[in-house]
Amino acid sequence: MSKLILERLKAQFGADVLEVSSFRGDDVALVKPARWVDVARFVHDDPRCACTYFVDLSAVDLCDPRFQDLDMDDRFEVYVIAYSVEHKHRVRIKTRVSGDEPRLASVIPVWSGANWMEREVFDMYGVHFEGHPDQRRILTYDEFKGHPLRKDYPANRAQPLVEYREGTFNKLGPFLQDEGMPLNRSAAPDERN
Amino acid sequence: MADLSKLETRTIGGGESGFVTTKFEALLGWARKYSLFQYPFATACCGMEFFSTASPRYDIARFGAEAPRFSPRQSDVLWVVGTISQRQAPVLRRVYEQMTEPKWVIAFGTCASCGGFYDNYATVPGIDKIIPVDVFIPGCPPRPEAVLDGLMLLQDKIGRCDRTPETVKNTLLPEGADEALEKLYQIRMKP
Repeated sequence: MSKLILERLKAQFGADVLEVSSFRGDDVALVKPARWVDVARFVHDDPRCACTYFVDLSAVDLCDPRFQDLDMDDRFEVYVIAYSVEHKHRVRIKTRVSGDEPRLASVIPVWSGANWMEREVFDMYGVHFEGHPDQRRILTYDEFKGHPLRKDYPANRAQPLVEYREGTFNKLGPFLQDEGMPLNRSAAPDERN
Repeated sequence: MADLSKLETRTIGGGESGFVTTKFEALLGWARKYSLFQYPFATACCGMEFFSTASPRYDIARFGAEAPRFSPRQSDVLWVVGTISQRQAPVLRRVYEQMTEPKWVIAFGTCASCGGFYDNYATVPGIDKIIPVDVFIPGCPPRPEAVLDGLMLLQDKIGRCDRTPETVKNTLLPEGADEALEKLYQIRMKP
């Protein structure tokens, strides 16, 4: 049913909609980052789309550093999910940005609920949202270096705010020494990357 | 660690009343262990099990530990119930520092004890990296019975004036399981 949105998007934006797909009721449109806000505005304002309900905004790091360069094109895929209470249909709009400090326009003027979601994407992936009124970290702390959900962030790197106590922290009791997670209690330094 | 033999208490019969000799430390420990005021630092799902333990069905009051104090200055035991994130760590540290001596800490559940399955940038891998811990209660979450075991273990340790960290044992382990686990550990640790 919501293929209607995809058709309207294609009619409205033509070649700026790079790709559309539908799978079991999930309708997805991939658009050019330059038209990100325009598409969001259209999906929100157009009376036959009327996706006034903001569901989610997040991102994916598509890079696999084992096979790809970190400065690959289209590394970060940012998506927004919007729902229409009136027409009871849903759409996912995606776009791809790249670079060490990727930039994308903010959709807060369209859905003000996007505020904290964009802060989360900034915190976790380092995508800067232009026009965001309060671009700060939201989940980690100001002292945090880097963006933890980027694929090049080491899985075993913690950045403690409180200095750890001295002493050994081997496992106690029913746990075996090598059970559990390498960060937690292993005596040997972690070799994992 | 206190020498246990020095804490021996003897009852000496004499006339109608009789009298008891003991160490002052042991007397103090005996008095303290039955009136533990608690500070519940509940941050995650383990909190539910803590409430359950504190409520009448399991009734933590039987152990003299029914009084939660939401001021660290009035409490004796800090229950760290749930996952502690790196961002919360300064708060936990501060709460611990605000408590008056004597003070004890219980790590409630796997997350508080070792970070659990949160093996990542966000979680403190065990609160003993930040504050000293007396009793670890493993479990995800531990059942109220295990929590009571932990409380009784702490009381026992207070009575013995023992501050070494201890873990609540799995009471369902059959006879000889400890040796078997140790053997398994030896095999697995071979390169």
